[in-house]
Amino acid sequence: MIDPSQGLDDRVDLLIADGRIARWGRDLQAPESAETVDLAPDCVISPGFVDLHAHLREPGGEHKETIASGARAAAAGGFTSVCAMPNTDPPIDDPAAVGFVRAEGMRAGAARVYPVAAATVGSQGTQMTEIGELVQAGAVAVTDDGRPIASSKIMRRLLEYTQTFGIPVLSHAEELALSGNGVMNEGLISTTLGLQGIPNAAEDVMVARDVILAGLTAGHVHICHVSTQGAVELIRAAKARGVNVTAEVTPHHLTLTDEAVQGYRTECKVNPPLRSRADVEAVRAALVEGVIDCVATDHAPHHYEEKEREFDDAPFGVVGLETALGVSLKVLVEPGLLDLAGLIDRLACRPARIVPLPEGTGTLAAGAPGDVTVFDPTKRTRVRPERFHSRSRNTPFAGWELPGVVLLTIVGGRVVHRGEAQG
Amino acid sequence: MSAAIGFGKDLIGLEHLTAEQIRTILDVAEPFKEVSERAIKKVPALRGKTIVNLFFEPSTRTRVSFEFAEKRLSADTVNIAAMGSSVVKGETLVDTARNLEAMRIDMVVIRHSSSGAARFLAERIPSNVINAGDGQHEHPTQALLDLLTVRDRLGRIEGVRVCIAGDILHSRVARSNIWGLLKLGAEVAVCGPPTLVPPGIHELGVCVFRRLEEAIEWADVLNVLRLQLERMEAGYIPSLREYNRHFGITSARLGRAPRDILILHPGPMNRGVEIDSDVADGPHSVILHQVTNGVAVRMAVLYLLAGGAPERAEAAKRGTGDES
Ligand SMILES: [Zn+2]
Repeated sequence: MIDPSQGLDDRVDLLIADGRIARWGRDLQAPESAETVDLAPDCVISPGFVDLHAHLREPGGEHKETIASGARAAAAGGFTSVCAMPNTDPPIDDPAAVGFVRAEGMRAGAARVYPVAAATVGSQGTQMTEIGELVQAGAVAVTDDGRPIASSKIMRRLLEYTQTFGIPVLSHAEELALSGNGVMNEGLISTTLGLQGIPNAAEDVMVARDVILAGLTAGHVHICHVSTQGAVELIRAAKARGVNVTAEVTPHHLTLTDEAVQGYRTECKVNPPLRSRADVEAVRAALVEGVIDCVATDHAPHHYEEKEREFDDAPFGVVGLETALGVSLKVLVEPGLLDLAGLIDRLACRPARIVPLPEGTGTLAAGAPGDVTVFDPTKRTRVRPERFHSRSRNTPFAGWELPGVVLLTIVGGRVVHRGEAQG
Repeated sequence: MSAAIGFGKDLIGLEHLTAEQIRTILDVAEPFKEVSERAIKKVPALRGKTIVNLFFEPSTRTRVSFEFAEKRLSADTVNIAAMGSSVVKGETLVDTARNLEAMRIDMVVIRHSSSGAARFLAERIPSNVINAGDGQHEHPTQALLDLLTVRDRLGRIEGVRVCIAGDILHSRVARSNIWGLLKLGAEVAVCGPPTLVPPGIHELGVCVFRRLEEAIEWADVLNVLRLQLERMEAGYIPSLREYNRHFGITSARLGRAPRDILILHPGPMNRGVEIDSDVADGPHSVILHQVTNGVAVRMAVLYLLAGGAPERAEAAKRGTGDES
């Protein structure tokens, strides 16, 4: 059992009772009524993973994903908590919509679904939503992800106003005037493919603005899906001067460069785009160093037919919930950048502290919610999109052989996913 | 299928051709040039083949050139202009591919506004696909005819200094030319307003000139690109007048060149913008020669992709070749 929140890495038993962690220790005596699971020596018991960034598409995009299918995909990937992005149709910008996402999440009975609400009405970027009401209804953060907040004034107000309610503003940092009609990273590859590029500066400029405004207001800005070396440097400097900024990086930005786009592969069309080798190295190092706090998937399902078209016309986004663990193990743990505890810290413990989740989320301390992930980091499997629990298959990792099989995902003491390879 | 020289099923771009393959196309084009000079401009090399010219973007010049090439090889041709508001982009290309497959078309010539569209189609149908220009990616037959024209006039391509001038960023002609020229051993430069020079281009081994005067000082050949009016509207340049002043090919500028410079232009020209009339119609202009070579090069590409053997092109031209 590895739980970085308690500095624990030991061979112990874990007892869950009444939906909560009862206790852990060597040779625990299980009560007679308890169901016991014996694990192979290589298996790891971890606090359930927490994903701060998933697009579950409901309402409005049910052909891509529903809250239920997304929650099941999350559970299959070892996530016990998932934050649902509000850029649905209509956007989640009123308390009833927040209530709907919560209720659907509970009904699904898989991973816990925490709604993130729109930061501005209709995600139009002009008028703040009723953030107090939204938080009361269950929102754990606000964002206009997918439609970056262009107005510095609105961003400032948001960073001020959210402080009363203790939630961060999640920023999709993109200067739209610079990204324009770009469809991939700007560089040699975009030049040879004849595709419009998105320069790193489109992200860097906005991250600079956001950390400056967070400094001005003392509000909490969380930078989503960091993809550039420049953004890393800006976040590092802001943290050093005490700005309240946190950040996430996706498994695909930790792994792939713009070379993956060659051949006009729409399954590699994502925003922010896959960047250069230097950027990949920089975000990996930043995650290890703690400049970037956690891994988040930016799970963005799209229907097959939507991606089966000219590169310019295909939508941005890749699915990530069911490959996040494997990809992270492959690019962070196998090369020795992080040990297992370090990865679990970034998949479970740290993200749970960025948004106000229920007390005890992201830890296996006694009394915490019984949210547990059990996985075998040594077992390798091939990524088979046709077996995804997600409704969509748009992954750049199809056919990759990845380490790490999720054996059990437990939410509130109930098994919500059982891996095939259990034994 | 042309296995002897290793062509694939399609011609999508010059990036993935070898120098040998490019030379073969140019060599095969030679005998076909003469067909266009005859009274009866027809040989039976592609008799019985069905070719669809699928144009999602308006282009009289390229379409007509392909059509002449096809007809002179005796192919049956159909033109489909899939432009206009009724066509939904994206869905159309997938659906079109399925329809073409059902109709058992032998070859498809495609022009499309999206980079990658020709390849997209080629991966989905068994017919030969020829890229007649896809977005800002490649326009291989244009580059081939440019190469042929340079070779005709200068006797070689290796070691020749070619500068492509103008809107490099949005130009598929520039990209195909760069690949073709580099593979055949030319020295390549580009020159244009920095807002219209794509990032990373120097990594291809291309020299970048900031001022046209320096380019003219250096070059044996200038390939002058068309400047689209919308580039001004999108803010890449302040005005057409200023463009002409600083980046236009004028006889005054050319007069200061240390040697004769061959002037190419893929057309259609904006006279008085990227090129002045006295240059376009002047003694160094080979623009009409390019048009003639366009048909010959396209005949060569069609012939080779249809399975014609390079060494039989001479016989095919006489109408005695193997027509299979
Ligand atoms: Zn985003």
